[in-house]
Amino acid sequence: MNQFSTLLAQGLQDTVYMTLLASAIGMLIGLPLGAVLTITSGNHALESPRINRGLGVAVNMGRSFPSLILIILLLPLSRLLVGTTLGPTAALVPLSMEMAPFIARVSENAFKEVDKGKIEAALAMGTGPWAMVCKVLVPEALPSLVRGTTLIVISTLGLTAIAGCIGAGGLGSLAIRYGYQRFRTDIMVATVALLILLVTGIQLTGNLIARHIGRRRHIYE
Amino acid sequence: MIEVRDLRKTFTTPAAQVQALAGVDLTVRQGDIFGIVGFSGSGKSTLLRCINLLERPDSGTVTLAGRETTALDRHQLGLLRRKVGMIFQHFHLFDARTVRANIAYPLEIAGIGNRAIGRRVGELASLVGITEKLDAYPGQLSGGQKQRVAIARALANEPKVLLSDEATSALDPETTWSILQLLKDINRNMGLTIALVTHELDVVRAVCNRVAVLESGRIVETGDVGTVFGNPRSPAARRLVAISTGFREGTLFTDGGGI
Repeated sequence: MNQFSTLLAQGLQDTVYMTLLASAIGMLIGLPLGAVLTITSGNHALESPRINRGLGVAVNMGRSFPSLILIILLLPLSRLLVGTTLGPTAALVPLSMEMAPFIARVSENAFKEVDKGKIEAALAMGTGPWAMVCKVLVPEALPSLVRGTTLIVISTLGLTAIAGCIGAGGLGSLAIRYGYQRFRTDIMVATVALLILLVTGIQLTGNLIARHIGRRRHIYE
Repeated sequence: MIEVRDLRKTFTTPAAQVQALAGVDLTVRQGDIFGIVGFSGSGKSTLLRCINLLERPDSGTVTLAGRETTALDRHQLGLLRRKVGMIFQHFHLFDARTVRANIAYPLEIAGIGNRAIGRRVGELASLVGITEKLDAYPGQLSGGQKQRVAIARALANEPKVLLSDEATSALDPETTWSILQLLKDINRNMGLTIALVTHELDVVRAVCNRVAVLESGRIVETGDVGTVFGNPRSPAARRLVAISTGFREGTLFTDGGGI
């Protein structure tokens, strides 16, 4: 029983650590990509079909790789940056790289939801690319961005389970090594239950924050 | 103040090519309130949007306050746009910002200091009569109040020209009247030149001194408001006037005034 709870506690801790940090690092890369994809599109602050298309292709390529393959391909990068390919910290490198293109598309979608009229008004006032992103797109798209972040964090959580197959640790790894390979049904059930709790918690938090922002702005959907 | 020469613009859609502007020449003088009228699809909004290059014309030139906008690069155009205010039918305020922050926005991006911004926002709010709503969000305002905020925002950088794209078309008659009075006051007190696109002739009659009638991307008649509407020569202007007076007589009749 003692070993059971120690395993789960460690797994939970690793999963939460990987999920939060990989989401955060992924967003540091993906969000600016999404912003560039948006403002280089037609009739925007930095219209440039060439950059837009090039970046779009790169993002699509990143998203085309099967997750497990991309994680394996990026293991040498982990060794270079972290010094090892095992454990949750080493997993951060492939996880965040895997998430970045997805996050770019999610944030691009949020930015493109901002009413075209507002963009035009901003352009008519002489808004440059930098102000367009920081003062118009991000604040106006904030509720969508928060909902998108919910989606991103939950997807990252799912990805940590896959990374668990190849030595990342966390709840996914527990489910495979104990639940599946050692026939420990109790551990399998417990990890799945914990994952369900995590997903539910993340979703509820995201909804709550998005609704709070909407209410503050007196926008009711 | 605004010089438009041989402006042409064609929109290409998968279905067809639409010639929105077919060689437009237009001169708006300093201090004018210039009305651009026409039926839907006549190209009047496209013409207005070409003036600050929200729409890029295929050919022709636009000269604004002595500078040819069509020849400017992206950065210079941004700087010039700060001196051209614009208001819209659907206001386009920033929902994430309070009224105060909306009015402050053009000043922020122009790099003006916080204290100066605070002072200027106060002045603008009292100019448009929205002082008691400074901390409200656009979501809490009525249409007329939103347009007042939009006007304050458009005037923040002390532009020489204000472009108005159907700014009263989504407002009720009483609010329309008050917004028009505001524009008239601003024109008189600040010497602001206004180019105003509308499909409502009453708006033109109420505030404009000069008018151009647009049809199928061409200006078919232009001149002083009294002359054009008192004695319309082009078929389009005649139709516009006939419809407008037709409505008016209908209203009189139902009131009993027509008997």
